[in-house]
Amino acid sequence: MGDAEIIPIGTRGRPGRGTGKQPSSAARGLAGGSKPAKPRAATRKARPAPEPAAVEEPVETVEVPEVPEVVEAAERPPVTTVDRGPLAGIPAADWLSAFQHAALEVFGDQWEPQLARFLAFLRRRVTGDYAVDEYGFDQEITERFFMAALRPIAERWFRIEVRGIENIPTEGGALVVSNHSGTVPVDGLMTMVSVHDQTGRFLRPLGADLVFRLPVVSALARKSGATLACTEDAERMLSGGELVGVWPEGFKGIGKPYSERYKLQRFGRGGFVSAALRTGVPIVPLSVVGAEEIYPLVGNVPSLARLLGVPYIPITPLFPLLGPLGLVPLPSKWLLEFGEPIRTDEYDRGAADDPMLVFNVTDQVRETIQQTLYSLLMKRESVFR
Amino acid sequence: MGSAGSVVLVTGVSRDLGRKFARSVAADPAVDRVIGVDVVPPRGDLGDVSFVRADIRNPVIAKVIAKEDVDTVVHMSVISTPGSAGGRNSMKELNVIGTMQLLAACQKAPGLRNLVVKSTTTMYGASSRDPAMFTEDMEPRRAPRSGYAKDVAEIEGYVRGFARRRSDVRVATIRAANVIGPYVSSPITSYFRLPVIPTVLGFDARLQFLHEQDLLEVLRQAVTRDVAGTFNVAGDGILMLSQAVRRLQRPTVPMPGILVGNLGSVLRSARLADFSPEQLAFLTYGRGVDTTRMREVLGFEPSYSTAEAFADFASTLTPTGGRADRALAGVERQLTTSPAVLSGGDHG
Repeated sequence: MGDAEIIPIGTRGRPGRGTGKQPSSAARGLAGGSKPAKPRAATRKARPAPEPAAVEEPVETVEVPEVPEVVEAAERPPVTTVDRGPLAGIPAADWLSAFQHAALEVFGDQWEPQLARFLAFLRRRVTGDYAVDEYGFDQEITERFFMAALRPIAERWFRIEVRGIENIPTEGGALVVSNHSGTVPVDGLMTMVSVHDQTGRFLRPLGADLVFRLPVVSALARKSGATLACTEDAERMLSGGELVGVWPEGFKGIGKPYSERYKLQRFGRGGFVSAALRTGVPIVPLSVVGAEEIYPLVGNVPSLARLLGVPYIPITPLFPLLGPLGLVPLPSKWLLEFGEPIRTDEYDRGAADDPMLVFNVTDQVRETIQQTLYSLLMKRESVFR
Repeated sequence: MGSAGSVVLVTGVSRDLGRKFARSVAADPAVDRVIGVDVVPPRGDLGDVSFVRADIRNPVIAKVIAKEDVDTVVHMSVISTPGSAGGRNSMKELNVIGTMQLLAACQKAPGLRNLVVKSTTTMYGASSRDPAMFTEDMEPRRAPRSGYAKDVAEIEGYVRGFARRRSDVRVATIRAANVIGPYVSSPITSYFRLPVIPTVLGFDARLQFLHEQDLLEVLRQAVTRDVAGTFNVAGDGILMLSQAVRRLQRPTVPMPGILVGNLGSVLRSARLADFSPEQLAFLTYGRGVDTTRMREVLGFEPSYSTAEAFADFASTLTPTGGRADRALAGVERQLTTSPAVLSGGDHG
């Protein structure tokens, strides 16, 4: 490769348009004192040039990060550089300080014990040395991973405001009954995070059949403490003293069109009330405002939904129009209000088998949530504030 | 029944668990004599147990019961794998027809006082609509249509029918969770003995195990104590499949359920592991059983929890994976020994 192809790049700091020709007189005038030099061309090669004589001027191998301003190119002596491996030349001390800085950045001042703890955590995960409860709830990964990932969304994106948290008993079983909205059950996740952050208790959601039929979702749901919404599991959890969350509207609630926002749908068959009556735990009504606006559901593709075996295929103003970007929820302002607990331990035994009573209590819960929704909507300044 | 002179007949002694149980019950002071019955002689040492070669699918078994004056029958001849019986048809015949014949013989035996049947929690099935923990009163969400689970469901049906007809006989059915132990050979142990373990992508099954010693002990208690009814028996606690595999330190290959099923039939034809459809469902959705009745009515407390039983099983296996843990252990060692001279390349 004696005669390398000469590719002129740039103007080498001189006025002109980089054509290698004499700059125009206007450009010369603008450049002030600089003298017009005879046209030069830079050669750009990976290796040191074999023969400086082949090209009529000093060859520079250009290393991108270290390129200085080439203003006085004419006076520079010939320079050659040695090609290095990408990692070979970085001294160990640099690695060390970079690593320490990274550790400091991630773990703060006490990074050494923190890092040791983090490593121990990783090892526990890798060797399976952790415990899950009988529903498959993995407290460690929920606290350290799921909650940590969801917390910024709850606090920064939706700016969740929680009211009436004192209505959640500090111990013992209780049933949190909430309205359901938002096309994707984000409200459940946000409620879980808020309840855990405010009370330190884990809200154990009851999920629909579909949740446990879907791959990945089912594994995540079990790990984060959910179980199937059936009488057996609900009663087992409640009598085990857990704080159980239930969304009795189900898919009717999250899949309702935007025009019907904040209108409660039918509350199932009231199975949650009979579970609470049987176990004698209080029912805490929860009203969530803000979740309706995250994905305003304006359309549905029922035929595709039937084909895929899901309750609906949502069409929102941004999805599927913007593709994956349309999956970003709108940053509405959320208000969560926990209402006064409804006691169920005052009813006598067998109350759960009295359908009239069950319907009455169901209606009472539903009315409470609906009224609280209206009053919260009045208090809210706008959707996004 | 702790009365002296108790004569126990144990079916299915040719297989390991049956033989071990026959020996352990023979050592019980309340039991006078133990008769082991099977079509083929047992491979191991039967000890004090007298072996009678008889087929339970054959009315001969009635003569054995009458002649030996048996007052307790322990039915352990329910097999879970078609492989050992030589095909699904003979497996079904052995399980279902064998039980029918045995129960018919029992019904005609006036001296019979106790019947203990070793059943399994497989009969609850495994599906996405299952409750987290099955109690003894719950039915499977979907009636099993084939295989072992269907056999067990039919067997339990016959046992219930027998209990109705012979109300003077105490009937105890032990629904054991997956039995595991260093010497147990079953579909689930051969699955975990695979060097690379295929799992179902996106699902993590909840598993419960029962140590083989606990199974022998609970059956012995069911023979000697005066308790009747159906009992779920499992070790305490739950292991997730992913967790169990990590504890084994074996690599996994997650793949869609259909592929695992196909791989299973390949493995079955290679006689490496047995992947029946119900096994695949079990490894997808898992199953948990409630053991309150075992504690409160039967008064049995397993000596091994699920995790301990699995650890005992795992101690006999050599890890084929575990590289991630070794790497982390290396990093940890370096951190603790010389925190000042952190070497390069750590990416904890």
